[in-house]
Amino acid sequence: MTKPPSPAVVLLGAQRFDPSLGAAVSELGVTGRIATITAGWQEREDEDEELSAHLGGRTVNLRLHARGDELFREDPALRDAHRERQASLRHRQDFYRIRLEHELEADRMIRGRAAPPEILAEQVQASLDGIRELDQWHLGLCARIRTEFEARWDLANRPSIVRHRRELAEALAGCDAVAIAGGHVATLVNRLVLFGVAELVQHHTVFAWSAGAMAISDRVVLFHDSPPQGPGASEILDAGIGLIPGVVVLPEPERRLHLDRKDRVQRLVRRFEPATCLALPARSRITWRDGVFSSAHDVLQLRPSGRAVPFGVRPRRVSWS
Amino acid sequence: MTARLAIHKLIDGRVDAARVQAFLAGRSFPIVEGTSVTFVWVGHADNVQLRHWIYGLESSNALVRVAGTDLWHLTLEIPHNSRVEYKYEIHRGGHSGWIEDPLNPNRARDPFGANSVLQSEGYEDPTWTNPDPVTRPGVLEPFVFDSNALGRRTGQLYLPARFRRSRQYPLLVVHDGSDYLKYAGMKTVLDNLIHRLEIPDMIVAFTDSPDRLQEYANDERHARYLTEELVPDLAKRFPLYDQAQARCIMGASFGAVAAMSTAYRFPGFWGRLLVQSGSFAFTDIGKRNRRGPLFDRVVEFVNQYRAQPRAVSERVFVSCGVYESLIYENRSMVPLLSATGMEVRFVEARDGHNWENWRDRLREGMSWLMPGPLMFIYE
Repeated sequence: MTKPPSPAVVLLGAQRFDPSLGAAVSELGVTGRIATITAGWQEREDEDEELSAHLGGRTVNLRLHARGDELFREDPALRDAHRERQASLRHRQDFYRIRLEHELEADRMIRGRAAPPEILAEQVQASLDGIRELDQWHLGLCARIRTEFEARWDLANRPSIVRHRRELAEALAGCDAVAIAGGHVATLVNRLVLFGVAELVQHHTVFAWSAGAMAISDRVVLFHDSPPQGPGASEILDAGIGLIPGVVVLPEPERRLHLDRKDRVQRLVRRFEPATCLALPARSRITWRDGVFSSAHDVLQLRPSGRAVPFGVRPRRVSWS
Repeated sequence: MTARLAIHKLIDGRVDAARVQAFLAGRSFPIVEGTSVTFVWVGHADNVQLRHWIYGLESSNALVRVAGTDLWHLTLEIPHNSRVEYKYEIHRGGHSGWIEDPLNPNRARDPFGANSVLQSEGYEDPTWTNPDPVTRPGVLEPFVFDSNALGRRTGQLYLPARFRRSRQYPLLVVHDGSDYLKYAGMKTVLDNLIHRLEIPDMIVAFTDSPDRLQEYANDERHARYLTEELVPDLAKRFPLYDQAQARCIMGASFGAVAAMSTAYRFPGFWGRLLVQSGSFAFTDIGKRNRRGPLFDRVVEFVNQYRAQPRAVSERVFVSCGVYESLIYENRSMVPLLSATGMEVRFVEARDGHNWENWRDRLREGMSWLMPGPLMFIYE
């Protein structure tokens, strides 16, 4: 017997000004109700009139942000512990960032030195290996902190959470798809993880954009090539909920990435290899199903050559210098 | 070949009232032509001097009158990206007075009045210093605090737009708060930088002192007031993060000394320190300093710090104008601060000891000390 295809996951670019979500929903033939997750908008989670109208009014907002607040009101011990864990994660992020900035600075200095090509290549590779190792270490540390927290507080069986998860499962039972909006990616990941959304949506078609698309990957990379300070150092925030493994999602490339800077693009791609780095400009979208991408519209893939090419275009052979 | 300056084109020939009028018409003053800047004043006088606050140049430079006219001029070489505040000193009939440049509408205000402002080639008012109609404004609330250490204190509290008691906020304490609001447009700056996600939503205490030269000069009572009285009171009334990295203290000039000495007296409490054009006067030998007795206590403190520097905060942002005499003191503080293990960032600007210089550095300083959620929000 052939295994039925898994539900599709559609990644989209920013939806704020010129939404393309409706077209993606139509393309996949989703006609039923759509559960929405707007927790990334934080306290403005329920200001979803435009989103609902765009989807023809057939939405059910899962209110994950408000549920989180309710949960913490009902369960102050969990709230305090959660707050403490978040503070601890922030501390770790700060220290990771300090190390990372030094690694990146070392890499920059090494690249700027004059040396025989083979020595330079060896040292550049060593810098990259150091950065990749640090990224992995940080990711592992975050995972350990989360796992320990979940075990200590028995989140899977804690009545205050179980009730919300049951309600969410009931709401999702009446929906054909889930739409996960952008916003604050850390808040979004927290709420998705807290309520076990990965498990709850495994039989649903998922549409996710901007921070939503980042949050459902297995590794959330924060990035900005021109922040108010310095050259901008991409950093790993944490794991996402892993609906689409092996992908680094990079929304808003128009204003966040210098795609014309081959050196920067190259470094980003090599740092996260073998993951696929996808830049999602506004109106872009791509469908993922069973580990295969299809239906790419305006999505850019960042290549080891340092180029950003439309997804699906065969890369030209490149050589490393 | 260097292009002839506008003023030379005027005076290399017969100059009469009509040509002067034609020269003045439709032109912006001072005239900026590359790094050459021509200051112009028109009127009856015996003598006209340019008075500026550029340390390193003569503080008074005479303008030259074009023979047979009322037009006075002076050309100086001013580097790109400079901002220079100035006035004209007019001598007439045995009297003299300082005036703003009537040909230049660009003014900077300060507690002593206003100065004309020269913006050399490359300098532009940062966009984030101007009110932005799409920015959601925070609110300012006056506060009165009865301090055991210092008696009644007043100030203003800034609460960000969409302030919510259910969230937690970092705290910034500002010395000379009213001046930062009035002369550095700091509320607009906060509104804009928060809106742009470059700094986090934060609560800001704009504090004032009735006797800043005394209280800001390493006064133990002042440090105690801020650290042991004001902050705990604010923490009771507002949802503040209880972490050093979420507490920043800042100031300019003597206010920077106050920020530094407060952090010094409570090491580890203020995780972020922003000091602008700090009056970090010191002596290498002896106690006499060239700045006079007002600085005696500052010198004592800075000498003590220089002798035994120690980490007082986690991150320190230092800025100073290269056209102010304090640039030497500030530059020399940087390696001392860095050597203690604190993260230090030092920024110089072609500007003087004034509020718009301090305003223009706020983005760099605040967004480095307390980065906003720019890296976290993907709409």
